[in-house]
Amino acid sequence: MKRYLRVVGAVVWKDLSAELRSRETFSAMVVFSLLMVLVFSIALELNRGARESTAAGVLWATALFSGTLGLNRGLGREQDRGTLEGLLLAPADRSALFFGKFLSSWALILAVQVVTVPVLTVLYNFNLAEPLVILSLVLGTLGYTGVGTLLSAVSAQTRARDVLLPILLLPVSVPVLMAGVQSSSAALAGTPWNEFSIWYSLLVAYDVIFLAVAVMVFEAVVGD
Amino acid sequence: MKSLKWLNVSAATLLAVSLALVWFAAPLEATMGAVQKIFYFHVAAAWVGMVGFFITFVAGIVYLVRPNPRWDRLGAATAEVGLLLSIITTVTGSIWARPAWNTWWTWDVRLTTYTIAILIYIAYLFLRGAIDDPQRRARFSAVYGVVGFVSVPLTFLSIRLWQSIHPAVIGTATPTSQGGFDMAPIMAVIVVMAQVTTVVLFVTLTANRYRLIELQDQVDLQKARAMLAEGDLPSQPAASAAATK
Amino acid sequence: MIAISALTRSFGLRPVLRGVDFAAEAGTITAIFGPNGTGKSTLLRVVATLIRPGSGQVSIAGYPLPSQSEAVRGVIGAVLHGPLLYSELSADENLRFYAQLYDLAAPQPRIDELLERVGLTRRRKDPVRVYSRGMQQRLAVARALLHRPKVLLLDEPYTGLDPAGTALLDDVLREQARGGAAVVLTSHDLAHGLALADRVVVLARGKVQLAAPSSDFTPETFAARYAEVVA
Repeated sequence: MKRYLRVVGAVVWKDLSAELRSRETFSAMVVFSLLMVLVFSIALELNRGARESTAAGVLWATALFSGTLGLNRGLGREQDRGTLEGLLLAPADRSALFFGKFLSSWALILAVQVVTVPVLTVLYNFNLAEPLVILSLVLGTLGYTGVGTLLSAVSAQTRARDVLLPILLLPVSVPVLMAGVQSSSAALAGTPWNEFSIWYSLLVAYDVIFLAVAVMVFEAVVGD
Repeated sequence: MKSLKWLNVSAATLLAVSLALVWFAAPLEATMGAVQKIFYFHVAAAWVGMVGFFITFVAGIVYLVRPNPRWDRLGAATAEVGLLLSIITTVTGSIWARPAWNTWWTWDVRLTTYTIAILIYIAYLFLRGAIDDPQRRARFSAVYGVVGFVSVPLTFLSIRLWQSIHPAVIGTATPTSQGGFDMAPIMAVIVVMAQVTTVVLFVTLTANRYRLIELQDQVDLQKARAMLAEGDLPSQPAASAAATK
Repeated sequence: MIAISALTRSFGLRPVLRGVDFAAEAGTITAIFGPNGTGKSTLLRVVATLIRPGSGQVSIAGYPLPSQSEAVRGVIGAVLHGPLLYSELSADENLRFYAQLYDLAAPQPRIDELLERVGLTRRRKDPVRVYSRGMQQRLAVARALLHRPKVLLLDEPYTGLDPAGTALLDDVLREQARGGAAVVLTSHDLAHGLALADRVVVLARGKVQLAAPSSDFTPETFAARYAEVVA
């Protein structure tokens, strides 16, 4: 068990220190997120009333789309540079590699939210950093990153590469989007907790189910 | 081979008889009129399509445990036929929605879930098309067949929860109204006929598709055998296949 | 140490290995030659557990493949086509990362020793991004030796090495063999491979066409024999 956690920790440490050096993926995700916020603002011609009701939607759409960017880089780059083989040569359970890649991608996606949530708060002129919104972001991106890590390992080994990941990932992420948007907008509107707590249960259910599935089948995706 | 021909004939016959029954024998429903006739096949296509995706899911699990190309062929065949039936479901559902709820599209729980399922299985076919190596293609599509199917009930649940919180969507979007009409005895018979026809049609299409994939695999295998016999470099498959002719 | 019999493997429907029999003893160096696309890399990758055998028996250090692949991964070290290094990290950090993957306790002395051995001690803090091809290759060799593998697999390891690097790698490989490891490498340089290895193997058309002690040949007779079996 200790050995297993060491492998997970090593992969996370390696990914995050490499990212800290280059900041390539993080900056790309942040810039992309800001552009998306801008695009939404222009496309929807937001007036103040519309802003309040669509803020949660913009927040989630931005999180998921910028997320695919990070996920594509995560395993896609290991595949491109051939370092995936280095990981696969390690005498460790492949699920430990999955958890390592998953945790580092999740950390990256959450770090991007640390930038976009305040920016949205300033632009939209009301506070999005509500604890319940943050909780739904944490829970929602968890399951999303779990399936995304699995599917990015799939798409990285196909001819269609980067194009394929969003096509595979977004339709199976509808529950996350639905629960995320609904819980966030309810939290922002000050709805009583018991009226929307069900969305958090749905997010937890999604997280548990898809992490379990991803761990079980990851070996089939990276092993020959 | 014989059984496939037999299946084809019976599916075609059943389809002709059922359609004739729907068009000429089924009475016009009082409030909805002719459009109600959509429901005979709409309901059947809906559940049989989901069964198709379920078989893809089970075949995927079996393949991951015991990799045999047979399960991959089955999963691919049922996914394609399930996709076809789901498209029929949403199109007929949309045609129903127009007179019933005065809109082509509504965020009805079932209609939306089927639409998302269609996108999932289109992605499944995309994935298959993007991988050349048959074993890898089989493994990856098995994985996606499992992930995709597992997400469907959660999608259904999330849309249903959303509907219950926002009850007033467009018109009276509670689709339970469909069960509201009185059923004449002849209608019950036609309902059963439509279900049986769709199941037989599903089996027939799946069997044909399975057979086609199998034949394609055999052609590829023959090519590989020819290469092996020739002892040529594997990097020149075309040349060695031609040389053995 | 490595025992392979009747190994086959296809990619898709294209057979690459068509019944390979191969063995490598502990304490020896084996060089595999053969034209491009005849399965040299595939053979090494099967032994490295990166590719499953299609059929046939493969046993590495007593562990059968593919059933015991995790145990096999613990005893093999591999230098493959890619350097398997992270360009943002320094040599030190790359080795520390792999030491954790191999679960080595207190790896720093081993890392220092290997960096010294491949002559990278002075550049150990530099990110691998700024390394030359030859330096990356040296580091890749150090990486493969980290956990003192019993089986060392090298796929064309001399690519990109200058004469000094080549001499260094020769020494390192002989050292490993003397230490009891089974060293298997692929090469295109017939004369160099013949001089280095204890055994030579020629792979062509997906099968072993020749396997003999290197002492059976002079560079000239080996070149002639190679041309004959490959044709």
